[in-house]
Amino acid sequence: MSLPVAFRIALRELRGGVRGFRVFIACLALGVAAVAAVGLVRHSIEAGLKQEGATLLGGDAEIQLSYRFATDTERGWMEANAATVSEIVDFRSMVVVDRNGNTERGLTQVKGVDGAYPIFGTVRLQPELALGKALEGTGALPGSVMDPVLIQRLGLEVGESFRLGTQEFMLSAALLREPDGVGGGFGLGPRTIVRTDALAESGLLQPGTLFDISYRMDVPAEAELMELEASANEVFEGGLLWRDSRNAAPGVSEFINRLGAFLVLVGLAGLAVGGVGVAAAVRSYLDEKINVIATLKTVGAETRTIFMAYGLQTAALTLVGIAIGLGLGSVSAFTLLILAESLLPVPVVRSIHAAPLAEAALYGALTAALFTLWPLARTERIRAAALFRDRISPKTGFPRWQFLAALVLILAALVAAAAALSGIPLLALWSVAGLVVAFLALLLVAAGLRLAARRLARVRAVRQLSALRRALGSIGGAGSEADSVVLSLGLGLSVLAAIGQIDSNLRGAITQELPDVAPSYFVVDIQTDQLERFIGGLHQDADVRRVESAPMLRGVITEINGRPAAAAAGEHWVLQGDRGITYSAVPPSGTVVTAGSWWPEDYNGQPQISFAAEEAAELGLVIGDRLTVNVLGREIEAEITSFREVDFSTAGIGFILSMNPASLSGAPHSHIATIYAEESAEARLLREIGEVYPNITMIRVRDAISRVSEILQGVAAATACGALVSLLTGLVVLIGAAAAGERARRFEAAVLKTVGASRRAILLGFALRSALFGMTAGAVAVGAGGAAGWAVMTFVMESGFSFDSVSALAIVLGGTMTTLIAGLAFAWGPLSARPAHVLRTSE
Amino acid sequence: MPDPVVTLRGAQLALDGNAGRVEILKSIDLDVAKGESLGLVGPSGSGKSSLLMLIGGLDRATGGSVRVLGHDLTAMDEDGLARLRRKHMGIVFQSFHLIPTMTALENVAIPLELAGRRDAFARAEAELEVMGLADRVRHYPAQLSGGEQQRVALARAIAPGPDILLADEPTGNLDLLTGEAIMDLLFDMVERHGSTLVLVTHDPDLAVRCDRAIRLVDGRLETEERLEAAE
Repeated sequence: MSLPVAFRIALRELRGGVRGFRVFIACLALGVAAVAAVGLVRHSIEAGLKQEGATLLGGDAEIQLSYRFATDTERGWMEANAATVSEIVDFRSMVVVDRNGNTERGLTQVKGVDGAYPIFGTVRLQPELALGKALEGTGALPGSVMDPVLIQRLGLEVGESFRLGTQEFMLSAALLREPDGVGGGFGLGPRTIVRTDALAESGLLQPGTLFDISYRMDVPAEAELMELEASANEVFEGGLLWRDSRNAAPGVSEFINRLGAFLVLVGLAGLAVGGVGVAAAVRSYLDEKINVIATLKTVGAETRTIFMAYGLQTAALTLVGIAIGLGLGSVSAFTLLILAESLLPVPVVRSIHAAPLAEAALYGALTAALFTLWPLARTERIRAAALFRDRISPKTGFPRWQFLAALVLILAALVAAAAALSGIPLLALWSVAGLVVAFLALLLVAAGLRLAARRLARVRAVRQLSALRRALGSIGGAGSEADSVVLSLGLGLSVLAAIGQIDSNLRGAITQELPDVAPSYFVVDIQTDQLERFIGGLHQDADVRRVESAPMLRGVITEINGRPAAAAAGEHWVLQGDRGITYSAVPPSGTVVTAGSWWPEDYNGQPQISFAAEEAAELGLVIGDRLTVNVLGREIEAEITSFREVDFSTAGIGFILSMNPASLSGAPHSHIATIYAEESAEARLLREIGEVYPNITMIRVRDAISRVSEILQGVAAATACGALVSLLTGLVVLIGAAAAGERARRFEAAVLKTVGASRRAILLGFALRSALFGMTAGAVAVGAGGAAGWAVMTFVMESGFSFDSVSALAIVLGGTMTTLIAGLAFAWGPLSARPAHVLRTSE
Repeated sequence: MPDPVVTLRGAQLALDGNAGRVEILKSIDLDVAKGESLGLVGPSGSGKSSLLMLIGGLDRATGGSVRVLGHDLTAMDEDGLARLRRKHMGIVFQSFHLIPTMTALENVAIPLELAGRRDAFARAEAELEVMGLADRVRHYPAQLSGGEQQRVALARAIAPGPDILLADEPTGNLDLLTGEAIMDLLFDMVERHGSTLVLVTHDPDLAVRCDRAIRLVDGRLETEERLEAAE
């Protein structure tokens, strides 16, 4: 019976309008909009990747092999199952340009193609011409197309020539877009495309050289991709990597997924900040409604009816907030996608996707429930006696256990939703835990601030400073905005501070600390017959401090103790795709064997493996386990006889797998080397080595570091954008709190004017109060951000942490300025109001 | 006294404040008979309104017993008290306490709606008509004069046909003429419905219109005889 009456009471109460709920709606809408926008962009890209799967992949299905071409049997299988087969060779090399006696060199990712490429989509060139025509070349030289970035770096012009290895090519056009450019993932060098048959004389595709071969297939529509994959696994001699249009660009898809999920978590922080505003709005609304609630109780309304009446109102406003948020999020996502479509390297399908909108709505509803339940529960404690005994109803205290249990359940549902929907459950759990801890810490700080302000206001020295005493008095006194302001701004600033600390530490580690320990060059494709001369020459060079080299092959771990590797040890990165493998008779200098023992120097028995200790522990491997490794199509079964420390943090040579020489040295392979040299000698070394060894590829580590740094910068920028939504929401809460306190300040100003205070003195008091709020929120944020940064760097990145004081100072100053501006903006009305009017209307 | 509907025995009310514990009502013994009208008089702060609120179950006695219509109010929870008021009591306040977002009609209908009465609005409209507010039913409290608001509050208290009507200085915020008109209506309604009336007032003239009047001084009940002697 009470629900219909509660519904009617709610409707009548809402007649008063939503004026008091503007902050409530704005906070919820902003948070929901951020989550919805991120989700929509993510889904639009995912839908684009799915729809354009075959084009991105360059075929319906692709089989990738590591530095070997398909055998006749394998090729026969492909031709029998596909209408068209296209063979692609992909490897890193150096573009060499000789001009007027000067030689320019640039790292490039070469793609060798055949006449069937591209099976789907088109290659866009500048000047516009067909790829086939461009690669034909003119006269004696085969043609090529190249990424404009590399063309510009090398100062090349269309029609000019360059070398790859020992083969001369003519540049026919700039490569504006590869239809399958995204699928390949992260490449260190800009793209050059040539015909594979033109590489025959380049000396770059020798046995043992590191190159990938992929075969793209145009499969008849009726063919079942899953069955084909199974059949390929039977026919091919192992070591194949299968991809098809069902998941054409797994790397990009994974990256977009992870980044999207991470940004949704950042958005959740925004919603949490909004929750503070929502709770404050409901609390202040219910404070105004104490008389109405008491009256309703007087005329016989039960607690349940009143709770439902106000619960229904907040539910209705929650729906309005969510609806606005979903609309705003959709418009933002569409605008962003329209503006950025031409810049995005991935296809996008712009449409309203229900799933991300539902996810955002769910988060919005749960957040609203979480933050409104506590204030709503207070309606139970408002007694009818409030009508004749002013403010008798307690504003503090815990609600009944049923409400606390409901709060725990809602929080659990929110955490479960974030963990399940984000796809990164552990990070989601840590993020929510971090938010809850930050929230509680901020509540404690707000309480501490109020207490400290009350105490300080009584200190004799402060008493003489009228403005400061008034500011402290109002911070510590009844109706203080400390909780709302410190919580909302503190939470928003904390997220921003954490991002600032992590970003500066991470980039500091990569761009400043790493180059000090990292080699100057990573050199690949050194042939065995070149190795001795190559190393010897470098040892003679006075600018070279150190040279390290190791034989390198690539292989896939296919089985662990006779069981398929993934089934035995899960989806570990070591088991995904092929890994570098080396061999060595004795442990390389500096090797620390942590368990087992290295094989004797002249060991010639069954194959043995020394495995990286940390990764072995993650995979659950123990000494004596047997691994099957596919190298160049040959399955090698070997026993793990030792574990050793492998440190990847210095960018030096590090192999997960090392085997005894007899197991591998017979296979065709090349060597890699790291050169540690003076920075001033780097250009000379590149030139000299390039001249003597045209087949060798040198990767400048500083360039690779700046590529990684650029990507990190992009991720940090995207995250900061997400965090700005939190801050914007915090600002709305702040403005809401300032607006809510305007009436009290108007009265305070009127009384102060009556007793002779000047407007300047009153303004100073208001300004000091706002600045103190902002400073506290900023200081807490810096502490929380520093703690989060330290935790991430220490436990996740396993790296050192140094406190970034510039970012911290910016946060404290930003917090102080924001509250100051908001506070002063709302001080103007109270200052200009006439005391007589204010005092008369407040009687 | 035949069948008292209100019985207080040693009723006490003390409140804890910043300045310490304040004894508001000190061992009150009181019986109010069915259909009787009782005036409560006394100086400001003597505890008149608090006594009224104890009887209405709006405040809880900190000692002694308060029985209304056979119910022990000290043993009932907030919702039980709300249900008791809904079925048996009407309360009129000095400050009217109308709900600002509801029209006059809705304000009068709300206790009837809460009681699940299907004729809530018809009954409320009829009651407003009796109060002379037939043309004000769609008006909100802010659109009504003080006298009109108090008439709406009176209609709200009377509409469910309460056994007991509690009135806390119902004319305190009204001018003399309007106050008199309201009191005429109040006594008229009590008589019409046969309700028991407990009226808090400063006005001795109003007190003497009641069947009986008693005085409270410093939280203690003085005898009826002393009241009559004083007046």
